[in-house]
Amino acid sequence: MSDDIILQVDHLMMRFGGVVAVNDLSFQAERRRITALIGPNGAGKTTVFNCVTGFYKPSSGTIRLIHDGGRIVQLERLNDFRIARQAKVARTFQNIRLFPGMTALENLMVAQHNALMRASGLTFLGLIGAPMWRAAEKHAIDQAKRWLERIGLLERADDAAGNLPYGDQRRLEIARAMCTEPALLCLDEPAAGLNARESAALSQLLLSIRDDHGTSILLIEHDMSVVMEISDHVVVMDYGVKIAEGVPKAVRDDPKVIAAYLGADEQEAIAVMESTP
Amino acid sequence: MTTTPASTQASPLPGFAFILKKALISAFVALVLFSLMIGIRTEAGPTGHLIYWTRFNDLAALVGAVFGGSIVVELLRRWWAPSGIGKALPQSMQRPLDFAGRAIPPLLLIFTLLVPVIFYNQRYILDLGILVLTYVMLGWGLNVVVGLAGLLDLGYVAFYAVGAYSYALLSTTFGLSFWTCLPLAGILAAFWGVLLGFPVLRLRGDYLAIVTLAFGEIIRLVIINWQSLTGGPNGISAIPRPSFFGIPLTPGDDGLAARLGIEFSPTHRIVFLFYLITALALLTNWVTIRLRRLPIGRAWEALREDEVACRALGINTTTTKLTAFATGAMFGGFAGAFFATRQGFISPESFTFQESALVLAIVVLGGMGSQLGVALAALTLIGGFELFRGFDQYRMLVFGMAMVLLMIWRPRGLIGHRAPTVFLKHRQAISSDLAREGRG
Repeated sequence: MSDDIILQVDHLMMRFGGVVAVNDLSFQAERRRITALIGPNGAGKTTVFNCVTGFYKPSSGTIRLIHDGGRIVQLERLNDFRIARQAKVARTFQNIRLFPGMTALENLMVAQHNALMRASGLTFLGLIGAPMWRAAEKHAIDQAKRWLERIGLLERADDAAGNLPYGDQRRLEIARAMCTEPALLCLDEPAAGLNARESAALSQLLLSIRDDHGTSILLIEHDMSVVMEISDHVVVMDYGVKIAEGVPKAVRDDPKVIAAYLGADEQEAIAVMESTP
Repeated sequence: MTTTPASTQASPLPGFAFILKKALISAFVALVLFSLMIGIRTEAGPTGHLIYWTRFNDLAALVGAVFGGSIVVELLRRWWAPSGIGKALPQSMQRPLDFAGRAIPPLLLIFTLLVPVIFYNQRYILDLGILVLTYVMLGWGLNVVVGLAGLLDLGYVAFYAVGAYSYALLSTTFGLSFWTCLPLAGILAAFWGVLLGFPVLRLRGDYLAIVTLAFGEIIRLVIINWQSLTGGPNGISAIPRPSFFGIPLTPGDDGLAARLGIEFSPTHRIVFLFYLITALALLTNWVTIRLRRLPIGRAWEALREDEVACRALGINTTTTKLTAFATGAMFGGFAGAFFATRQGFISPESFTFQESALVLAIVVLGGMGSQLGVALAALTLIGGFELFRGFDQYRMLVFGMAMVLLMIWRPRGLIGHRAPTVFLKHRQAISSDLAREGRG
């Protein structure tokens, strides 16, 4: 299956002064699969994310993105916006970062900036209203409309994003990331703050993104019900290192993982597990 | 109209005692402040000794005014919610207001176009109109940088100066006409905008403001000190007047008046200048409105809202910021070239920080990003400044007070909402409370 890898992280190391946030981390994410990155608070998950999406420059190690045609992009060498533009990696944020003063529709239009910029002839063709630009704009609006329909926000397309309820904002942020037509979608705690019904809907949305669009997903999540339900592969981190990985069920029963989450050491965890039937 | 009392009662009313208490505190502060400043007047006597006399009547009047004014302000705040008119007004009032909002821009435009006809014989009004329109244009230009892209620029006057000096030097040295120099002035100003943009790209918020402020001063100091090129503090005089597309507006045989077979009048040139600046301002407005609906304009606004999210979406924030600086600077350059041709004489004194501050005040007062707001604010500020001329030495005081009152009622500017650039069903205004002001 080695040719069906989309993201290959090797010996990733991230230091902040004396603090080693991520230490020699290697993992891979498969194409058209949902890979979850879990771990207790402060394990370094978001740091990994920021390295993958270019918001941090890793101290050492390589991050490679392998496109469908075999084109390989070295992510650690690119700037954040180039990663989004050239490597087709999109991301969402732990604390939602929408454009609150712009409408839901406008948010999705901004996401298609680069395609529209080309179509508008770097603004000059757009300024004179060339037909090529008009067609591209219509296409972009249609794409935005499709996504608004998918996340059930078509009715609120003209409302300010900052006025939407929390759950809708989460879904809108995912839709905005998808409007950049990414190969890899990185979601930083998409289920945080959602109620049970909303996180169930979120799971469905993510599964349909994987199945209908063939987009690979890398996911940080604390909500175990979401992780266990939708992920194909789980990587567990603690204190900046990988402590386990595998299919959700295997990871859930791994004593090291339980120890990390319960804050106990490994022997105690094994004892606990053996005492419970 | 039954909703009117209901909606006013719904807002929490801390009662008259609270208002009275607040007014008393304000009056006391005023008493302490003014007792020495106003209450006692000191002067050097004829032999150099100190004479002083008391002015308790003035002091009492002032404290009384503060007391009364404080009550009035509090009461007005009850009626008008602090952020925008939309929240406090009942639904029944909303529709006429929307209608008024849509009717104002065309009416203003028609009125502007008719000004030279109505006030043909009043040179003062025409000159004032040209001045107001120049500031409308500058405001619209700066609005691209501050209002849309959210980059606080305190040195906007630098581009105005670059435009003015470009035209003055090109026309006096090489004899180029106004219509050749106008685009050149714009391009040169845009070039300086990019040049300023590069070093400040990494800066945000206050730091950006300080550097742009310094840039404005540097340009002025260079102009003062580069005597051989710019004439230093003496400025440049005998700048050619604009021609009517090649036909000079002079009393001679080849002048416009002679060709049209009408009697020459110096007012012709003023009227021509009036329409020229109207056209330039409208061009600025048209381009800005178009740009807002293009990806670059949306990227500017997105940049103001959240720069990090922009980068995550693959937007090159560096070039986006530079285009905002360049576009704003270009319009500043056009306005500068117009200023030079109108005055016929320019000197560094016209390009002080006060001009930057005034243009910025127009943008902020108008409501960041609102084209109509900027136009109204320019009219209020420049026109109001003239209106208060009768108040003589108290002009600045009255003017300042008017500004403070305006900012209490409309903290987000005269037009406190932004219009979406694209919509599916209906265009609904977004309250500026949601939109961010940008952090650099």
